[in-house]
Amino acid sequence: MLHGFLGKKIGMTQIYTDEGKLLPVTLIQAGPCSVIQIKTLENDGYSAIQIGFDDKKKKSATRPEIGHVSKLSLEPKRFIREIKPELGAELKIGQSITVDIFQDVKMVDVIGVTKGKGYAGVMKRWNFKGGLNTHGSTRHRPPGSIGSNTDPGRVMRGKKMAGRLGGERVTIKNIDVVKIDANRSLLFLKGAVPGHKGSYLILNKARVEKVSK
Amino acid sequence: MNIVDAIEKEQMKKNVPLFSVGDQVDVSVKIIEGEKERIQVFSGVVIAKNGGGFKETFTVRRIVQGEGVERVFPIHSPKIVEIKVLKSGKIRRAKLYYMRKRTSKGTRLQEKFESPSSKTISAQKTHVQRVQTQGDSK
Repeated sequence: MLHGFLGKKIGMTQIYTDEGKLLPVTLIQAGPCSVIQIKTLENDGYSAIQIGFDDKKKKSATRPEIGHVSKLSLEPKRFIREIKPELGAELKIGQSITVDIFQDVKMVDVIGVTKGKGYAGVMKRWNFKGGLNTHGSTRHRPPGSIGSNTDPGRVMRGKKMAGRLGGERVTIKNIDVVKIDANRSLLFLKGAVPGHKGSYLILNKARVEKVSK
Repeated sequence: MNIVDAIEKEQMKKNVPLFSVGDQVDVSVKIIEGEKERIQVFSGVVIAKNGGGFKETFTVRRIVQGEGVERVFPIHSPKIVEIKVLKSGKIRRAKLYYMRKRTSKGTRLQEKFESPSSKTISAQKTHVQRVQTQGDSK
């Protein structure tokens, strides 16, 4: 399959397997993606395939965005990414790729942006224990000591402290593909994926397929 | 319709019998042992119902050799072949957790005899229909 595909998180639910087991699944609106541009070594200095997903209204698109797809008679896209070209695969500009490419794929790696948690304390951000809540204690959530005194006279680099949490790009590897719904171009993935509902995701075939438990 | 709701609705069983907390029920559960498949019946009193729609579950309690046993069943699980309502109990609570403290004679519930008119209605309506009509009235 391709070295990447684009999708959108819809939400989580549960489905029953054929054996009657209840599985937690995340629904992904996967594609259809359009091939917008094929970059070649001669023209662009490197080779890549540019694919786009999710239509945008012309009203809310910028002129360069409209111009970029106008020759292909496509709508401007909300989510455009470049993927590595696949050896031997022939893709044409303007071609539409559907969720069917996941037909033989058992596991995927999912790249997304996690939910932003804002400025978070050490208990939430680094799983510090915190202090007692009762028995006269007033030390509920602070981090405690952050180092020694005069020697070394500074705080060690990389000390875990409070700060911004979430809202970063992460890759979750080896997520099981449970089911594919080609009619609604849906992908059912086992368990959770990063991001809030409606956030965009990059789906890859798992690089190293682990044996599922 | 929201896609998540649509997918949940597709998986819902269409003819689940109408039963309520306090009912004496026989639940037929499919059990797979290696290659073989057989059906086991778990009979007891429904002491609680939890959740709604596709995710609804119910708890059945029975006494086995003097020891209380409870099982939680998802209503729409394909492993549940049949739910048979034997009789209805007269109850004043939504959750009958007080049954856990009771022994022997205390675990009996007074039987509720429905009037002929209400009986026909509940017999005709299945669980899903009832859920739908509740949704409409809202």
